[in-house]
Amino acid sequence: MADKTAIRAEAERLQAVFLAKGVQPVTLEFLQPAGTLLDLYGEDIRARAYVTFDPVHGEQMLRPDFTVPVVQMHMTDGAEPARYTYLGDVFRKQDAGSIRAREYLQLGYEVFDRANPVAADAEVFGLFAEALAGHKPQAVTGDIGLLIAAVKGLSTSERRRAALLRHIWRPGRFRALLDRFSDRGDMPATRANILEKLQNSDAAELVSAAGPEIGLRSADEVVARLDTLKEDATVAPIPEPERQAISDILALSGTVQHAAVALEEIAQAYPAIAEAVARFQARVALLPNPSEIGFEGSYGRTLMEYYDGFVFGFSLPGADIPVATGGRYDALTRVLGQGRSIPAVGGVIRPDLLVAEGAR
Amino acid sequence: MSLRLGVPSKGRLMEQTFDWFSARGVRLSRSGSDREYAAAVDGVEGVSLVLTSAGEIPRELENGRLHLGVTGTDLIREQLPFWESQVFELAALGFGHADLILAVPKFWVDVETLDDLDAAAAAFRGIHGFRMRIATKYHRLVREHLKAHGVADYQIVDSQGATEGTVAQRTAELIADITSTGATLEANHLKMLQGPPILQSQAMLLGSRQAGWAAVSDAATALSGQLGLTLPTDLS
Repeated sequence: MADKTAIRAEAERLQAVFLAKGVQPVTLEFLQPAGTLLDLYGEDIRARAYVTFDPVHGEQMLRPDFTVPVVQMHMTDGAEPARYTYLGDVFRKQDAGSIRAREYLQLGYEVFDRANPVAADAEVFGLFAEALAGHKPQAVTGDIGLLIAAVKGLSTSERRRAALLRHIWRPGRFRALLDRFSDRGDMPATRANILEKLQNSDAAELVSAAGPEIGLRSADEVVARLDTLKEDATVAPIPEPERQAISDILALSGTVQHAAVALEEIAQAYPAIAEAVARFQARVALLPNPSEIGFEGSYGRTLMEYYDGFVFGFSLPGADIPVATGGRYDALTRVLGQGRSIPAVGGVIRPDLLVAEGAR
Repeated sequence: MSLRLGVPSKGRLMEQTFDWFSARGVRLSRSGSDREYAAAVDGVEGVSLVLTSAGEIPRELENGRLHLGVTGTDLIREQLPFWESQVFELAALGFGHADLILAVPKFWVDVETLDDLDAAAAAFRGIHGFRMRIATKYHRLVREHLKAHGVADYQIVDSQGATEGTVAQRTAELIADITSTGATLEANHLKMLQGPPILQSQAMLLGSRQAGWAAVSDAATALSGQLGLTLPTDLS
């Protein structure tokens, strides 16, 4: 483990790059309400965050990252547009025996600006590239916005589109649903079985015959889902060109310049993504040294569920944890903003990994 | 110093463990009254028997206070995330078979698979405003299983006993628990989800990688010889 003093010095040196641009420094609370984080991240966060109990405020978590407190602070009393930088410890529970850090500094930069989201994406990426230039990292990017546009444009039921959107961040389940909705592969035997039963009997009778109604999920809810299953069985499969387009986007791998060309071809076969592709191309035009920036169609899907647009990561050669990650999270501001929202993009740097690399 | 062997301190697991050792010429017994956990080993020199709860044995192996221990694979996997670097499996004992499974109310005729569960969980959250609750004591195993299968919109609530009753009491919507026959599920109007269980567990004789083996090498050689087992060669 590198010396904490050296890590802080490196962090402050990097933050000076941000401060020199006139960015507002902010300091945030260590303790965060567990309920908000659980709502956003799901049960997985419990395995990663330290949870403690407060007799007045209920369950609290030691901040696993700064995104939630930054967004909440901005939505409560932030001026627009706003650019913030923060530097502080975050805490991640690690399994016994793991060598990963449980407590480490994060240096962040976040932009809340409605004017030109594509330019803001490029601004954040460019600033990170500048701050990290001495370490010669490899940059990889992705664009969740392309996938969201591709799903929203599918010729299928609203329910199927919603199911796919919900699982964009779970690649395995997303793929399984896409295949099922495209009638590739057999219907699961259990599903065929229940649909057959529904042909011959009333849904409510099936439910009451199966067992007593216990627990909070009511028989009405079960019947409602049976109706949904019946209705879903009549939906036409997703047309092959549309399924193929999503598959092609996910398989993209190369530089952002290569992706810009490939995406234009995909958009010709599937015009629903044309607008998202135009945004992608506009962004590429603003990125520094695009011939050296990687693009992966699936990048960012397993980073954080709240990223919904441009995503990026910087890695040092041979390291398995990126030294910097970030992305756009417009939808998160809507969730935390209680009705209000603002386009937002940002990222974090891990100075400890940079110092460790320097020591090697 | 003697080699410390940990065995569950009561019930069928203890009796079956005693039988397993006895069939191999090592007689374990609980001395004195039924209330006291004093114990004896006949048939091998230098081995002392520690009777303790099956749930304590993984930690005692991990920290090296036991050299050998008998417990369920479910408890090892739940409590020791890096179990392979902390303990080694010596012998599957052939009893204590049980599956860790997910179970939902029988009247949920729309839910048979994890896939269904995920869709029902999304609808439940929309209606009730919170995530579907799963009662279990196997937090880590359940969470990893559901993550691997892309199930979202659930939360785990801790249940250390009488887990099957939590659904009727409305403190959970479904459960994850160990079952061998399914009779308790049936009695509580629950059914297992289809597909492979989260974990197939059975009683296992394990060794600790943290324990000091050098000081007990004679006993270790004698005991493993008597049981017909081979200890790893890289123990310190």
